[in-house]
Amino acid sequence: MSKLKTIKEYPLIPASKPSEGAAGRTGLWRTFRPVVNLDKCIGCRLCWFYCPDNAITISGDGKVEINYDWCKGCLICFHECPVKAIDRVVEEFG
Amino acid sequence: MSGTIIITGNHAVSYGAWSSRVRFVAAYPITPQTTIVEMLSDFVNTGKMKAEFMTVESEHSAAAAVMGAESTGVRSFTATSSHGLLYMSEVVHWIARSRLPVVMVVVNRAIAPPWSIWTELLDTMTHRDAGWIQVYVSNNQEAYDMVIQSYRLSEMKRVSMPTMICMDGFILSHTFAPVTVHTPEETDEFLPSYSPLWKIDPENPFSLGNMATPDYYYEFSYLMHEAHENAKKLFNNVDKEFERFSGRSHGGKVHGYMLDDSESVILAMGTLSEEVMVAIDNLRKRGEKVGALKVRLFRPFPAEEISKALEDKEFALILDRSLSYGYEGQLATETKAALHTSGIETPVINMITGLGGRDVTYKEIEKFHGLAKKKVSSEKGPFKPIFIQLKR
Amino acid sequence: MGKEIKTVKDIPLQELLLPGHVACAGCGMAISVRHVLKILGGNTVVTVPACCLSVIQGLFPKTAVAVPLKNVPFASAAAVASGLKAGFRLQGKELNVVAIAGDGGTYDIGLQALSGAVERGEDIIYFCYDNQAYMNTGIQRSGATPYGAWTTTTPKGKKERRKDLGLMMIANGATYVATVNPSFPMDFYGKFLKAEEKKGPRVLIGYSVCPPGWRYTPELSIELGKLAVQTGAWILWEFEEGVFRFTGYSKRLAEGKAKRKPIELYLEPQGRFRNVLRDPEKLKALKRGINERWRVYRKIAEVYSSSTPG
Repeated sequence: MSKLKTIKEYPLIPASKPSEGAAGRTGLWRTFRPVVNLDKCIGCRLCWFYCPDNAITISGDGKVEINYDWCKGCLICFHECPVKAIDRVVEEFG
Repeated sequence: MSGTIIITGNHAVSYGAWSSRVRFVAAYPITPQTTIVEMLSDFVNTGKMKAEFMTVESEHSAAAAVMGAESTGVRSFTATSSHGLLYMSEVVHWIARSRLPVVMVVVNRAIAPPWSIWTELLDTMTHRDAGWIQVYVSNNQEAYDMVIQSYRLSEMKRVSMPTMICMDGFILSHTFAPVTVHTPEETDEFLPSYSPLWKIDPENPFSLGNMATPDYYYEFSYLMHEAHENAKKLFNNVDKEFERFSGRSHGGKVHGYMLDDSESVILAMGTLSEEVMVAIDNLRKRGEKVGALKVRLFRPFPAEEISKALEDKEFALILDRSLSYGYEGQLATETKAALHTSGIETPVINMITGLGGRDVTYKEIEKFHGLAKKKVSSEKGPFKPIFIQLKR
Repeated sequence: MGKEIKTVKDIPLQELLLPGHVACAGCGMAISVRHVLKILGGNTVVTVPACCLSVIQGLFPKTAVAVPLKNVPFASAAAVASGLKAGFRLQGKELNVVAIAGDGGTYDIGLQALSGAVERGEDIIYFCYDNQAYMNTGIQRSGATPYGAWTTTTPKGKKERRKDLGLMMIANGATYVATVNPSFPMDFYGKFLKAEEKKGPRVLIGYSVCPPGWRYTPELSIELGKLAVQTGAWILWEFEEGVFRFTGYSKRLAEGKAKRKPIELYLEPQGRFRNVLRDPEKLKALKRGINERWRVYRKIAEVYSSSTPG
């Protein structure tokens, strides 16, 4: 598992580099998957604001997109969307 | 200009921090450390020292604030004693594991209950394994010199480990003696400005110390060990360089006294070793071929030097001013392990002396030596520690 | 951060809490920390004592936090932050130094260091994400656990009230003290932006939900934060330069422009309050506690209604 194979590759201090996926692909934690209905999305960004996992991005047209690599399926976005533009479906990893 | 002034051991330490251009001090008062930091506070407030002095609310925070400042690449200092050291113990480990070359003076003092303000080495002995380089000093000049030398050694990139300078409470901390001090400008010649192994820098963000699994942790402990091995190699070089700079040497890792033709050796640390040397002079006058070994560096442990000094001797008498309950004095344990590693069979007699600041005079030490000699010649080991000053 | 933030759309897109961190699904702290880092920006250094945030960074050699971060001993966040700030000051560097700690590291074991730092007037921001128990170790009671709440060490519900850190910090002399709640985005941003501009010790206390610790489904995380304020269980306020102000919905409640919703709405979704809901005496005591708190705060608002003259 370890990426540092020998002592020579180690830093002298336990310093960690900022990286996405520090806990691996957290999208695999999901049991439910939020799905955005782009026809309904008004681009208010509330779901983006509330997302604890920084798994929602704003696309060019101002609407939101969910990054399923990181989304843990908490469904805050589903619950908070003021226009009910986010559905939830049972996750079935392909 | 360098000059000689008559000051206490504590003030020698304060001057050492001044000469070393310490930029940050955080401290909390505890007897008998207080006069160190009072003087530093004065130095900072009068502008003699271009530094910040933070009056924190506890030793835990003193060590924590020092850890913070040192992490930004600023030379930092603190001093404490006894319970203060125990209270900051957690951070003491953190500083070492963060590889920060902080220098801290610990004025040795016994631990309560009962309350005692007098010297004993148990406070620093219990931090033997905290990752700090440990030096035990025995006179005012050495206390001053070792502050400067410790920054030099600790800040070497191959070392990057903190140093704890240990000195006996009152016997050393509050006793006046002449000390030659150098201005910061003069000291620059020996001690370069601080260039850290690492520092916190928004240009290069990283997280220091987040969780490491068993797959990763082990190597960081090894790296600390390697740093100690390097410190052991470099310690005497620093002593020599300092001698070239100041004309003063304290003998390196260990300081031998009349060892060459000696049949027996008395080992001690701190001010006790000064008393031992007085006893040696007297014993020599009476024809006893005895020498002394003052152990200055305790971590990393100078096992090779000690073994060499004790090789072919009839016996070694080790005076410990602290006790690991249920076993013996720590210097005795370490020394015996060193001898065993080197295959040397010199008998070792351990005497527990001076606990809680009980006076240990050279006259007593002369008697201790006689008793040890008798014991070695009349008994076969193993020898248990002798509570030589116990009221019986 | 320079730009004025009036709506969610004004919030910068740059993220300094990177995705793929270890926080539980629906974690309130992750929401808050994400935005605190957005507000303070890259010119920020963080100290983190033992708490959920020390874990959610992820595992060496990776971290989810994209600003310099020093993990520090449990009791030492404010003291290390003080030292860091001093170190930067000595080098003429202008940086935000922020300590981010849980309620255990703030109300309990770290209180002494925080109190010392505030008393010394240290130029640091201290953010306590208050999830009202020791969550990282598996839900044990803390000084911030509210009356009646179940934890693994209060199996029948906590018998005592929680400490009031905010009032302590006012009394302690902090430059700026505020409560925040990520369910109210603009109130949250407004207070942190204000804190960033000020000097001296600034203490912000963040309502911070914990789905596993509070025993509710994670999708309710934001909803609960709203209910906490609407029922009066959490009060939004700020204190600066001798003036205490209710803010946001709490201000409407204080001014009588809105009525507190029944507390049951807040308690019912949370398994941790099951004991309270089953026992009318306990429910009464819990309500009494909230009323008392409001009485004290109204009084405080009255006393500190304008800067002390002279």
